[in-house]
Amino acid sequence: MKKGILVSLLAIVPLFILSGCESMVVFDPQGPVARSITDLINWSIVLMAFVCLVVFGLFGYIVWKYRATKDNADYEPEEHGSTKLEIVWTVIPFLIIIALTIPTVKTIYALEDIPEDYKDQDPIVINVTSADWKWIFSYPEEGIETVNYVNIPAGVPVEFKLTSAGTMQSFWIPALAGQKYTMYGAETDLYVVADNPGSYEGQNTSFNGKGYAEMKFEVEAKTLADYDEWVDEVKETAPELTEEKYKEIIKPTHLGRMTFSNTHLEWIDHGKGGDSNYYLNPELYRVHGYPGKTFEKNEESNGGEEDAH
Amino acid sequence: MHIKWEDIVITGDPLILSAQIGITLTMLAIVVGVTYFKKWQYLWDEWITTVDHKKIGIMYIIVAVLMFFRGGVDGLMMKYQTSAPEMDFLDAQHYNEVFTTHGVIMILFMAMPALIGLMNVVIPLQIGARDVAFPQLNALSFWLTFSGAMLFNISFVIGGSPDAGWTSYFPLAGKEFTPGVGNNFYAIALQIAGIGTLMTGINFVVTILKMRAKGMTLMKMPMFTWTSLITNVIIVFAFPILTVALALMTFDRLFGTHFFTISGGGNAMLWNNLFWLWGHPEVYIVILPAFGMFSEVIATFSRKRLYGYNSMIISIVGIAILSMVVWVHHFYTMGSGPVVNSVFSITTMLIAVPTGVKIFNWLFTMRKGRIQFTTAMLWSLAFIPTFTIGGVTGVMLAMAAADYQYHNTLFLVAHFHYVLIPGVVYAVFAGFYYWWPKMFGYALNERLGKWHFWLFNIGFNVTFMPMFFLGLQGAVRRSYTFSAESGFAPLFMLSAIGSLILAAGFAVLVYNIYYSTRYADRKISTDPWDARTLEWHTASPVQPYNFAITPEVKALDAFWYMKKNKEGLVLKEEELEEIHMPSNSWLPFYMCAIFGVVGFLLVFELFIPAAICSLGIFVGLIIRSFDYDEGYHIKLDVIKKTERAWRGEK
Amino acid sequence: MAKVDKSLPLEYQTEQSRLNILGFWIFLGAEVVLFATLFAAYGSLKDNFAGGPTPAELFKLKDVMIETLLLLTSSFTCGIAIWYMRRQNLKGLLTWLIITLALGAGFVFVEVNEFIHYVHEGATMQTSAFLSSFFVLLGTHGLHVSIGIGWAILIIIQLMKHGLTPTTARKTFIISLYWHFLDVVWIFIFTFVYLARMGG
Repeated sequence: MKKGILVSLLAIVPLFILSGCESMVVFDPQGPVARSITDLINWSIVLMAFVCLVVFGLFGYIVWKYRATKDNADYEPEEHGSTKLEIVWTVIPFLIIIALTIPTVKTIYALEDIPEDYKDQDPIVINVTSADWKWIFSYPEEGIETVNYVNIPAGVPVEFKLTSAGTMQSFWIPALAGQKYTMYGAETDLYVVADNPGSYEGQNTSFNGKGYAEMKFEVEAKTLADYDEWVDEVKETAPELTEEKYKEIIKPTHLGRMTFSNTHLEWIDHGKGGDSNYYLNPELYRVHGYPGKTFEKNEESNGGEEDAH
Repeated sequence: MHIKWEDIVITGDPLILSAQIGITLTMLAIVVGVTYFKKWQYLWDEWITTVDHKKIGIMYIIVAVLMFFRGGVDGLMMKYQTSAPEMDFLDAQHYNEVFTTHGVIMILFMAMPALIGLMNVVIPLQIGARDVAFPQLNALSFWLTFSGAMLFNISFVIGGSPDAGWTSYFPLAGKEFTPGVGNNFYAIALQIAGIGTLMTGINFVVTILKMRAKGMTLMKMPMFTWTSLITNVIIVFAFPILTVALALMTFDRLFGTHFFTISGGGNAMLWNNLFWLWGHPEVYIVILPAFGMFSEVIATFSRKRLYGYNSMIISIVGIAILSMVVWVHHFYTMGSGPVVNSVFSITTMLIAVPTGVKIFNWLFTMRKGRIQFTTAMLWSLAFIPTFTIGGVTGVMLAMAAADYQYHNTLFLVAHFHYVLIPGVVYAVFAGFYYWWPKMFGYALNERLGKWHFWLFNIGFNVTFMPMFFLGLQGAVRRSYTFSAESGFAPLFMLSAIGSLILAAGFAVLVYNIYYSTRYADRKISTDPWDARTLEWHTASPVQPYNFAITPEVKALDAFWYMKKNKEGLVLKEEELEEIHMPSNSWLPFYMCAIFGVVGFLLVFELFIPAAICSLGIFVGLIIRSFDYDEGYHIKLDVIKKTERAWRGEK
Repeated sequence: MAKVDKSLPLEYQTEQSRLNILGFWIFLGAEVVLFATLFAAYGSLKDNFAGGPTPAELFKLKDVMIETLLLLTSSFTCGIAIWYMRRQNLKGLLTWLIITLALGAGFVFVEVNEFIHYVHEGATMQTSAFLSSFFVLLGTHGLHVSIGIGWAILIIIQLMKHGLTPTTARKTFIISLYWHFLDVVWIFIFTFVYLARMGG
């Protein structure tokens, strides 16, 4: 019996080996923000592995030593407890929690701002608007906009200001940073720095309907010089975005990459709430099944005023 | 409104069509079978109108097993769809519906009924009572749960399943982005079932506080009773929050209000908060009774008193209190700010401390004991290391900054399956094997039980362990497919294979139930495990009135004390009195039907018919109010005959 | 198990009665959580006017004061009714119970009129999040009061049919608990929803 339990525990080991094949992006950070999280995770794995060792060890020993055999058929012990032991196995886990809390809180606070080594630089601000089923990147300082891909300069802090044109989504570039939700009428921040030029994948992790699985975007980190060159090229050659075209883009479709030489912030900032009805298209979301009724856009109640949240 | 036939009844999909045919045939088979064997009167008298807690418990368990099948098939479909890159077995929309129903069914229509069912069967017996405080309310709780479950299950055939995840986040779940009626099913079916559960909460708190046998002080209650008491207190606090959340969702979807919408100033974050304020206590509602069951099984099969009784109680109280102050950890990434995230990281990590205390107490119960490897005990043994993995990954997730990389990935999915399955499902299986003889008068086959155990345990680990690594590789949850370039394929395939082993384990359980029902020996002891608590001092199956004379309790592990000191085991027939029993009632079943009809009409947004039919609910309440039925009495000669039969002539 | 304890008030005398009353107190605990959640929703959404009407524009102090007066007085008369019940005075109990219901019905009447007035002003629950949460919170309370009135009528019929027995006394006591609870909820409503916003 006991051997069987051992076997199933050991079966987990080959899984570890198998999985080593593909590199785990969380353990391969490409920027200081992701690195601070990876360091925290590694520390937690050490402490949690210790806990597992103790529990598994005690478990294996006790189940083996105290199993029922023909020899101990009459054995009927009584034992109630030990206050001393209770204190030990309350205090030690508590200490482990403290050992985890301190670096956790430090990292939480550190992530709210530009990483330490880059604090002397001004961050490049990029507004991210998540929509169904695409990502829209607006570069307010540069005055350009891209859809489904974003270029950033490597080695320069980037401040992503996140919001959503509709459903709640989550902006995640695992190689560079943790994720943050995007919500209509609110603006969240995410600081990202890419150590080196390269291509990194980003995706949405917050399920938002039929097209969710395809909500990936590419982050390309270029050298600062290449980045500036690219911005100039876009401003010169890319088409203009009109409000009508933007309204089309917001509809629930899958689009490829697009580039524009102005931003939609000229007429709407979804992070500030406002005239949301103009962009809502409930009828376009119908799938199979009995159609429920949708509600008339209430024109009166939408004076474009900002609501307190 | 122009209604198209194919909008109401989902057609054109071979899977769904075969399911529809399957359901129709099964229902026909049941109706024909019951008629042929002339069992309608029996069903009505003994089961549909019963107010007996033991039968109600068994009905809950039947629902749970059936729902386990449906939720499991959902899981298998998900695993098959993700077994290789770019599979087209389920398109995105269908996949969304499948994982939504999988989550709702497993938590609300499998785990809850299974646990509440076992609580129903065992708790009054463990405290030496004849029934719960409010037997008719108890029956209503079951029938409302059943009504909600049936309404929810109909959705994939008529109207369309909900498809916004079991968490139903807004604004996705609102009419602005999901205009079909699928999510109406979610809002209304869960509401109906939730009312039933709230009533269970009230019922069991009063029962445990007020109906214990003489001499059973709070500190002499069995651990399963303690965990059930605390669980039901949490239910009373948490379920009204769900009631409100679902009601606001219903108003948004049916009447166009702006609680969670984008337009009109709604706030989707409010839903997240309300849902998880209920949702987190909910997972502790399912885990605490499971802990209680493990305590009973481990003590019995180590032939030793549960170690650290006082600490165990302090731990579950601590867990219950902490469970109400951790909800934000479900959305650390929603931008709550460093103070909030830090505070909730700390409270969430703290829950590991009392939970760890319990693990050590279980280990030390076994230490210096004499461990018997019955199937029930195997489940409890496997629980310890596998739940520990779930628990430590939970501590890792609790650290908010780290969670920014784990959130909504398969790492999270693996964590919660590693706590829910070893925690809740293994406990339910242990409870089945342990209490089956008491419920039905025969035991589940031990050899088949061991096959069930090994297949399920191995299958579970092979399915979910790879998902930790997939999450760390960047695989997100709720995604219907993945690309070949991502490199996720090998682990997804491994996980899919594991799910087949898991399914085989479940199939063995079903076969075991069939096989044992048909062939098992009915002449077994009423105390087959030489157990420690009062429920074993009864006939198997338990006589309708539970105890001819309510026992007097002298110590913790009351029945063990009675056996060791040879006290209170013999029935003194001269002390017998007529036993008062509550009458059966058709009202709970009637309410189930009415709520089902009203719910159905509301789902399809037919408000006038729904309003008219809801008068039926008030009619039911009025009838109940005017019900002055005093029950009936069981006569002395019947009691004597029943008692002599199971005790043997003494 | 029918332990009848004659030393207790009539509604507590049987075992089942004591269970029912404890059960109802716990139910009221659940109701506290329910209303607290509705208040929390109102608290998050109360400033989201979406360009629609604000409380300063809508609320009329006169109506709210009348509603408050009616409901609070009805709670007092309910107390009088139980006082008569304790003295085994069925006639007194019935009289004051009916007065309580009349006051409660008056409350509901004024509140329904208040809502109709708002709707005519263009303030419906579909107008804005503030109004959605306002109507659902107040409406839930009003619905509870209305159901309470219906329930009390059933109890009155049973009192007239069976007289004052341990069972009917318990039922009366329980509904009085319910009625007082709704009164307490109203105090929170008129403080945090109306009074706090009247200034605008």
